[in-house]
Amino acid sequence: MPDGTFLDATELVLNMGPQHPSTHGVLRVILKLDGEKVIGTECVIGYLHRGIEKIAENRTYAQFAPYVDRMDYVAAVSNGLGYCLAVEKLLGVEVPPRAQAVRVILTELNRIASHLIWLGTHALDVGAITPLFYCMREREEILNIFEKYCGARLTTHAFRIGGLQYETYDTFEEDVRAFCDMFLPRVDEYEELLTGNRIWIGRLRNVGILNAEDCKAYGVTGPLLRAAGVKWDLRKAQPYSGYEQYDFEIPTGTNGDSYDRYLVRIQEMRQSVRIIRQALDGLPGGPIMGKVPKVIKPPVGEVYVSIEAPKGELGYYIVSDGSTQPYRVRVRPPSFVNLQALDKMCRGALVADVVVVIGTIDIVLGEVDR
Amino acid sequence: MRKLLRKIFLIDLIEGLWVTFRYQQPKYIYTEQYPAQRPKIAERFRGAPRLNINPETGETLCIACNLCALACPENLIVVGSERDEKTRRKVLTTFTYDISRCMFCGLCEDACPVDALELTQDFELASYSREGAIWDRQMLEEGPRPTKYPW
Repeated sequence: MPDGTFLDATELVLNMGPQHPSTHGVLRVILKLDGEKVIGTECVIGYLHRGIEKIAENRTYAQFAPYVDRMDYVAAVSNGLGYCLAVEKLLGVEVPPRAQAVRVILTELNRIASHLIWLGTHALDVGAITPLFYCMREREEILNIFEKYCGARLTTHAFRIGGLQYETYDTFEEDVRAFCDMFLPRVDEYEELLTGNRIWIGRLRNVGILNAEDCKAYGVTGPLLRAAGVKWDLRKAQPYSGYEQYDFEIPTGTNGDSYDRYLVRIQEMRQSVRIIRQALDGLPGGPIMGKVPKVIKPPVGEVYVSIEAPKGELGYYIVSDGSTQPYRVRVRPPSFVNLQALDKMCRGALVADVVVVIGTIDIVLGEVDR
Repeated sequence: MRKLLRKIFLIDLIEGLWVTFRYQQPKYIYTEQYPAQRPKIAERFRGAPRLNINPETGETLCIACNLCALACPENLIVVGSERDEKTRRKVLTTFTYDISRCMFCGLCEDACPVDALELTQDFELASYSREGAIWDRQMLEEGPRPTKYPW
């Protein structure tokens, strides 16, 4: 840090948040500024800490499932899937193919919903208000499908350990197909609004660059890593829940800037629709619940299972001591790890770019603080 | 050249504005005029709890087995029962359900062996006091009194 700065003005320390609307919740960032230029940032987190990992130690395995929905609340279904897969691996339970396919459909729908929220709020941060309304409109359709399927819209608790609690409702396939047909033209509409827009390009291009080496060094995953040009997706690398049957591509970027991340996420929504359609075409019949004992009492041991959540790698590490309650549950949330790279991405940028960078990481504070 | 012309005439911005303009028609309005217009609630919606009674005899279906209270992650259900001396069966006396702590996960509903406890489509749970959120057996069986709006 140089002693004298431009015009010998002293450095300014500025608190951004925790009430700032563009920090997407209750994130506090302490900015060290030289005029308008950011020369250092520090994140203060923990405002939304609810001790979810500790709660797990006082609940049975089945009872803890509703709580995981409350970590990344815009992608509750993905959280539930990760937890259920981890406990199933601990128990050694096989999930029937129909349950796997329905899980894939719902998780991909949730990925679209999460990306829609991201797109709407990110555009809102940058100054484009219109996309938010359109994104929310499409998300509403997804939430309606969730409501009809499992009875809740946001914190769904859709999956149970060993399979599914609910059989699909009568018009499930038609509803999802109608959504897929309706959604693809709508994505083109978002692109019409934003992709070519010069203000959008001006605000996003070359802002918050994180190259592949830095991504790997910080442990950054998800669309941020793919935008840096690394073809890494856990759905391909370590397939779970039958993802190896589906044919889809991993969209990647080249620069690793905010604009590339936007393009990657838009492409991911299209790929999700592709997966949903394939899953619907090959939806098998049969039971929806595996052979799970009435009282879930896994053998002594530990397990780590990670899935590709909308925001990156979501991992569950569960230690069992042979009782009905987990000895320890540790969650590896994607937002928490990705947030580390904020300082690297913000150095040398302007204050207005900090807002863009926070938006482009796609954090959910419920997941960062747990 | 084409790029330059697009830049000069702000084609990209106009394309974006055209998308917004296309949605000016009233048939694209998605706003719901709640409470005058009621939302469509799905059949499986998990809302206010209800303790079902046998419609013919008026007796409760609950057998006081306490499974819902054991399944609840928040321990918010309290089932009171006493043993009937003549039939040697457990009979339900009180049933308390604290909806202020409920997260509507539906585990109690799944645990119920006789479909007595059910989460219904009713979603208007506001009350004037915290005590009003603790529902007793009578309220669970008859349902909350819904607020009537003057329009």
